Amino acid sequence: MRALLLRDLRLAFRSGGGFGLGLAFFLILAILVPLGVGAEGTTLGRIAPGILWVGALLACILSLDRIFALDHEDGSLDLLATSPLPMEGAVAVKALAHWLVTGLPLTLLAPGLGVLLNLAPAGYPWLVLSLLLGTPTLSMVGAFGAALTVGLRRGGLLLSLLVLPLYVPTLIFGAEVVRRGAEGMALATPLALLAAISLGAAALLPFAAAAALRVNLR
Amino acid sequence: MMPDLGKYATAVLGSYAATAVLIAALVGLTLWQAARVKRALAEVEARAGKSDG
Amino acid sequence: MSIWEYANPKKFMATSAWALPWAVGLTVVCLVVGLVWGFFFTPDDYKQGSTVKIIYLHVPAAMMAINAWVMMLVASLIWIVRRHHVSALAAKAAAPVGLTFTLIALVTGALWGQPMWGTWWAWDPRLTSFLILTLFYFGYMALWSAIENPDTAADLTSILCLVGSVFALLSRYAVNFWNQGLHQGASLSLDKEENVSDVFWVPLLVCIAGFVLLFITMVLLRTRTEIRSRRLQALLARERVA
Repeated sequence: MRALLLRDLRLAFRSGGGFGLGLAFFLILAILVPLGVGAEGTTLGRIAPGILWVGALLACILSLDRIFALDHEDGSLDLLATSPLPMEGAVAVKALAHWLVTGLPLTLLAPGLGVLLNLAPAGYPWLVLSLLLGTPTLSMVGAFGAALTVGLRRGGLLLSLLVLPLYVPTLIFGAEVVRRGAEGMALATPLALLAAISLGAAALLPFAAAAALRVNLR
Repeated sequence: MMPDLGKYATAVLGSYAATAVLIAALVGLTLWQAARVKRALAEVEARAGKSDG
Repeated sequence: MSIWEYANPKKFMATSAWALPWAVGLTVVCLVVGLVWGFFFTPDDYKQGSTVKIIYLHVPAAMMAINAWVMMLVASLIWIVRRHHVSALAAKAAAPVGLTFTLIALVTGALWGQPMWGTWWAWDPRLTSFLILTLFYFGYMALWSAIENPDTAADLTSILCLVGSVFALLSRYAVNFWNQGLHQGASLSLDKEENVSDVFWVPLLVCIAGFVLLFITMVLLRTRTEIRSRRLQALLARERVA
């Protein structure tokens, strides 16, 4: 499993591996929004939690189809399927690798972009914490969507259509945590729900994604 | 015969019209697909029957 | 004689051929009676004026939009567990019907909301949930049409339907949490009938029955088409080989 993780990470960091695309997109969004909305501090501060979360989500969608598509093309997915490693484990590892190259850097970059968007100071720890809890779900759900569409040509559009409604709860609770944090309100409920969704997704979705992959490789 | 709908006539009639259009589209599409598939199947089955002997 | 007999396509075709005229007839009767009664012979509400008449379309469509998804979920489960083709095809057949009902609920809701709430669209929890439901229907249908092998498509869409249902429930609660609603909860749900007076309640029931029957009729008809289409594909494939 570790070998698979390292292999995925190495492939992602290699030039053209898609690493950085999501980050660049996130950065561009955080620069463009103030230019479009206007530089007024209070407005920006109010919409900052939502913008940061939507940006993280879209940046995550950008690289989803890479999770399985390349491995499917060169046949290594079939090798994985016949290896002693259970498919569920392989899916989980690939989702983890995706999170390490998109979700984690996004989380680390977010506070910097929060400054650009004039986020209230009290919001920063909650921004990092909510992204840390929420982005693994984005990767796991994305891996499920990618597993459904892996055999398809032009699967990218379909993938985003399938994944979009699945992202709604995470987005709502994530942005809610940051908003309440920035305004200094109680936020235990959305935070707990966000964590619950993440844990549930991590526990159950690998089985669904593995089932979809097996169907696709049949 | 026509009930007095008052100032909300557009909303009420619009709702009924929109629903009628949507349901008509669904029913029309369904019937069209059913007829098309039925015809194609009959054609192919006739051909298959002939070649079987 | 068990219910699984109907999972046999031939048996299903025979039974549905017998049932279809009845379903069509009952649908037409219920819809005509319910809608004519509701439209012509019910008084205006003292607060909402004549817009109450929209209830006869809006509520049944919204109910069936959700029930159609539940039916697809059950059919998908049956397909996954027992591998009956009719079940998978019925789920496929139900999706466009459910989508149509969802759209009806959204459109009539917008037309109703405009005079009552002063806006076509608000990010009200129920509206938002229905928007998400629309996305689910579109995604489900897109996945069906994107995959060529019908068995693969049936498997993948069933998995999507299961996972989607869980997330749809989650979204429902998330959205409730996120914004307070404009919808009056009580008068629109079945179990709290005392909030709608009898004058509106009885024709509404007839309309709900009409929409349920319409759903059944459409699903029967569409499933028959899907079964024929599968047979057609099989025969064509055999011709190509021969």
